[in-house]
Amino acid sequence: MCTLEKRGNVYILTLTGNDEHRLNPTLLDSIRSALRRLRSEPTSPSSVLITTAHGKFFSNGYDLSWARSTTSQSTTSSRYRMMSSKLRGLVSDLISLPMPTIAAITGHASAAGMAFALCHDYVIMRRDRGFLYMSELDIGLVVPALFVALMECKIGSPKARRDVVLTAAKLTAEMAVEKGIVDKVGGSAEETVEAAVRLGEEMFKRKWDGQVYAKNRMVVMGKVLDELGFDGTVEEENGKGIGSKL
Amino acid sequence: MCTLEKTDDNIFVLTLTGDDEHRLNPTLIGSILSALRDAKEQATSGSVLITTSRGKFFSNGFDLAWAQAAGSKPKAIERLHHMVELLKPVVAELISLPMPTIAAINGHAAAGGLILALSHDYVYMKRDRGVLYMSEVDIGLTIPDYFNVLLRAKIGSPSARRDVLLRGAKVRGDEAVSMGIVEGAHDNEERLREATMSHGKQLASRKWDGEVYKEIRKGLYPELCVVLGLGEAEVIAKL
Repeated sequence: MCTLEKRGNVYILTLTGNDEHRLNPTLLDSIRSALRRLRSEPTSPSSVLITTAHGKFFSNGYDLSWARSTTSQSTTSSRYRMMSSKLRGLVSDLISLPMPTIAAITGHASAAGMAFALCHDYVIMRRDRGFLYMSELDIGLVVPALFVALMECKIGSPKARRDVVLTAAKLTAEMAVEKGIVDKVGGSAEETVEAAVRLGEEMFKRKWDGQVYAKNRMVVMGKVLDELGFDGTVEEENGKGIGSKL
Repeated sequence: MCTLEKTDDNIFVLTLTGDDEHRLNPTLIGSILSALRDAKEQATSGSVLITTSRGKFFSNGFDLAWAQAAGSKPKAIERLHHMVELLKPVVAELISLPMPTIAAINGHAAAGGLILALSHDYVYMKRDRGVLYMSEVDIGLTIPDYFNVLLRAKIGSPSARRDVLLRGAKVRGDEAVSMGIVEGAHDNEERLREATMSHGKQLASRKWDGEVYKEIRKGLYPELCVVLGLGEAEVIAKL
């Protein structure tokens, strides 16, 4: 599932196993549990969190096959709602985390997996493997407003956002840097994590107060927080599920 | 006025015909709206819309001469407001069209004409002729609310938006590319047509579901949907 270790002054949260790290309730709960443990560490001077993954995938998004592996349409709808709700909780946890966050992307990050990456303050991506890919258009799903809010926060150019969302572009690290989505390109998987650790150690030296950092980040990402209450792609305004195309 | 044809590759081509300025008066606006609705009716997976024009102008904006022909200043202003209100459903129709859209700007695009172009997902223009121009500051008109929201949604750079709105900049092809307003500028009409068709075919070959494409596009421009009245209710009802 996921592990949390400390290396020097920084924490590394790793999505383990050689699978797609699909964001099902088990993995989402596991990640949130790790973040809760982090919160109980002293916050000043603030440490730094690096999130990474083993294998070919950072995360390939929601566990759609788990949601659909039932004959009941209403069970499928409620599974989508559950994953959406837990992801929104995770987004909230990351945005309010009292320390800087770095995503060290060493494999494919698609759809909700890409959104998860974008929740981090910095993104360092491996040069030679893996895409960032907002896949929804290609698989016939609508991009949730939360993901659009994250992109508006993290991807400055309207044309870049259009390319990501309306062409379901598969972005290599270099394409992603060009579009202003990724901060830095790392060499191999190990080098990418090392670059993240170096950046983390630099930030640790600044001796920031983690609580203050978090509060400032929440202001900067306020529009994302606004979208956490409701996901129109899995429910109607009165809280009922949708018999959707999902 | 305007024509709508469909090519063998499932590409709709909407052409503003005639060698005039394609001023957006109620008649032309109505004609464009009608053509867009026809395209929507006939949409299938893999449809694409290309909007273009004949002559020196893509569109030179609202028909101010028609407004002034009303006789008095208050009546002229009323006619102008009327055209502003009439163009809004055209922009709304483009933002909610269930297929990718490309504007091939074959000439000058000013004010409402530029807004019409920017309502498309991709915009191409010519390098040698034609400027993009928000003329309002020069002719003494204020900018309608949905124009502002559209410009903010499509032009990312604050200095580009300032130059376009507050300097009345007349932007030619290469500059429009570097300001992030258009995708590309092509040497002449022939090249523009080829490039646009080629991009259109490439988008058509993805065979996207039009309803999904439309909802994702609306989600990409939430503020614009609010001002156009394409609110959340429609999104939920569709699903």
